[in-house]
Amino acid sequence: MKIVVCIKQVPDTKGGVKFNPDGTLDRGAMLTIMNPDDKAGLEAALRLKDQYGAEVTVVTMGLPKAEEVLREAMAMGADKGILVTDRVLGGADTWATSTTLAGAIRNLDYDLIITGRQAIDGDTAQVGPQISEHLNIPVISYAQNIKIDGDSVIVERQFEDRYHVLKAKMPCLITALSELNEPRYMTPGGIFDAYQQEITVWGRANLKDVDDSNLGLQGSPTKIAKASDKVRKGAGEKVTLDADESVSYIVGKLKDKHVI
Amino acid sequence: MDFTLSKEHEMARALFKEFAEKEVKPLAQEVDETETFPRETVEKMAKLGFLGIPVPKEYGGQGCDPLTYVMCVEELSKVCGTTGVIVSAHTSLCCDPIMTYGTEEQKQKYLVPLAKGEKLGAFGLTEPGAGTDAQGQQTKAVLDGDEWVLNGSKCFITNGKEADVYVIFAITGTVEKRGRMQKEISAFIVEKGTPGFTFGTKEKKMGIRGSSTYELIFTDCRIPKENMLGQQGNGFKIAMHTLDGGRIGIASQALGLAEGALETTIAYVKERKQFGRTIGAFQNTQFQLADMSTKVQAAQLLVYKAAIAKATQKTYSVEAAMAKLYAAETAMEVTTKAVQLHGGYGYIREYDVERMMRDAKITEIYEGTSEVQRMVISGALLK
Repeated sequence: MKIVVCIKQVPDTKGGVKFNPDGTLDRGAMLTIMNPDDKAGLEAALRLKDQYGAEVTVVTMGLPKAEEVLREAMAMGADKGILVTDRVLGGADTWATSTTLAGAIRNLDYDLIITGRQAIDGDTAQVGPQISEHLNIPVISYAQNIKIDGDSVIVERQFEDRYHVLKAKMPCLITALSELNEPRYMTPGGIFDAYQQEITVWGRANLKDVDDSNLGLQGSPTKIAKASDKVRKGAGEKVTLDADESVSYIVGKLKDKHVI
Repeated sequence: MDFTLSKEHEMARALFKEFAEKEVKPLAQEVDETETFPRETVEKMAKLGFLGIPVPKEYGGQGCDPLTYVMCVEELSKVCGTTGVIVSAHTSLCCDPIMTYGTEEQKQKYLVPLAKGEKLGAFGLTEPGAGTDAQGQQTKAVLDGDEWVLNGSKCFITNGKEADVYVIFAITGTVEKRGRMQKEISAFIVEKGTPGFTFGTKEKKMGIRGSSTYELIFTDCRIPKENMLGQQGNGFKIAMHTLDGGRIGIASQALGLAEGALETTIAYVKERKQFGRTIGAFQNTQFQLADMSTKVQAAQLLVYKAAIAKATQKTYSVEAAMAKLYAAETAMEVTTKAVQLHGGYGYIREYDVERMMRDAKITEIYEGTSEVQRMVISGALLK
């Protein structure tokens, strides 16, 4: 079985957030981590590898610095790493990103593609499903459990107050939730081995069946009007009342502000 | 000269830091308070290869350099001195001598499970009458047929009752050296469970209270002849060489304790208010922190230099002694200042710096007191 896992290097929320003048994130200037949902997706792939035997390839799109996140994935146990990086791909929104990743994945053999549900920097949850559309394969999103059944996958898909059990024939794409599992740690030896391995670097020229008009900032339908760091809120107002009084108090406040 | 860490080392540090924060820190206070050996943490570390970091892969280790190992002990000790010394004693004092002096059979039988963390290691040199004066050994080993028969006791042994494999030193005869008769000391590998090998009292300590410190007792303890480690009579050399490496491990523990206390104090002085200002706004606090940080940085450079010397030089006694001397004294000074800057709260067990100060003291004592380190350093200067 061949599994492709898409991972993203995202800002570490412990560090500060920095922006470019155009409102996009200044990724080069921030502390970074592997996106938590993607890490759960990688762990799911590694568990399938442990259980059934599989070749796990991790793919990321980003600055050359994003190589670090591939090394981390390889130190956890991924077999191969592919970095898709090119100036013309910069400033991509979800559409341009999914177009790029699909263009890269078209070069690969795969039975299963796993992505995280969403990245903590954009929180759109669009890239995974969009990749499946580009590749014309089924998608099961919000996976909280994954099993292999012959040439199919059986996935528990998280829903508001329940979960759905869905079966899809491979090749297909699954988007993973960070609740899916507890990702393993790297090992010290694994880290040094990961740095001995080759990372495949692809640029625009290596993308298959994609149109320039769908790539990078130019190919992104999303236009950022304004971006800012978290706005600090005041302490607010604290009152201690019983339940009935609280309801009246809140309703009163909402009426005062013409919310209701 | 380049002081930049490689990307591999940076990533390894991030791994150790994450593990320490998630798995070790939440237990540190309880481990200290209840004097409990953190068995579950040790099992987790074993699974991740932390118990065989500098051991070659062919012997079940991670195949990393001493610097990676040092960073592991450093990061663990930042949050828990007990956990740091468990790894240090196991790796430097048990894996290392077997790796250096063991036969291929001994390496396969003992080093492989030790490096994989399936077994835990310990080292027995100190005796009630033989601390700094390691020649004052009383434990004897007598060859009887195909077995060595051990009689005597060892004290203050780290990982004491929790270990499975012990490197033990004993007198195997007398030799004439420069016209004087001296004790001939040899090293042995002893397994837990060997008849005649029992445990004495558990020491109640000031710090590193979760570390299992025991007396080992040998009463007609018979071990196979092939369990002698290295050549007969080479025990003292093996012990001293092993301690050179061990001192780098303890220096890393001391460094971690100092760093942990500094980080904790920086966070505290930003929060704690007196006279309407955070205490970090007072110049006294700022100058104390500047001194603490400068010494921590100097200690780190000495410790890393010693780790690199272990990887690249045949002998590194002076580098190891300097690293341990300076890091241990820095740990004591920095943790003491950390308690002072915490004021009354620093004296309360609920605050981590209280534990860190108690943990730091032992680093000036075990695996060679600071006085012994000064002897090693000056001895090399005046040779």
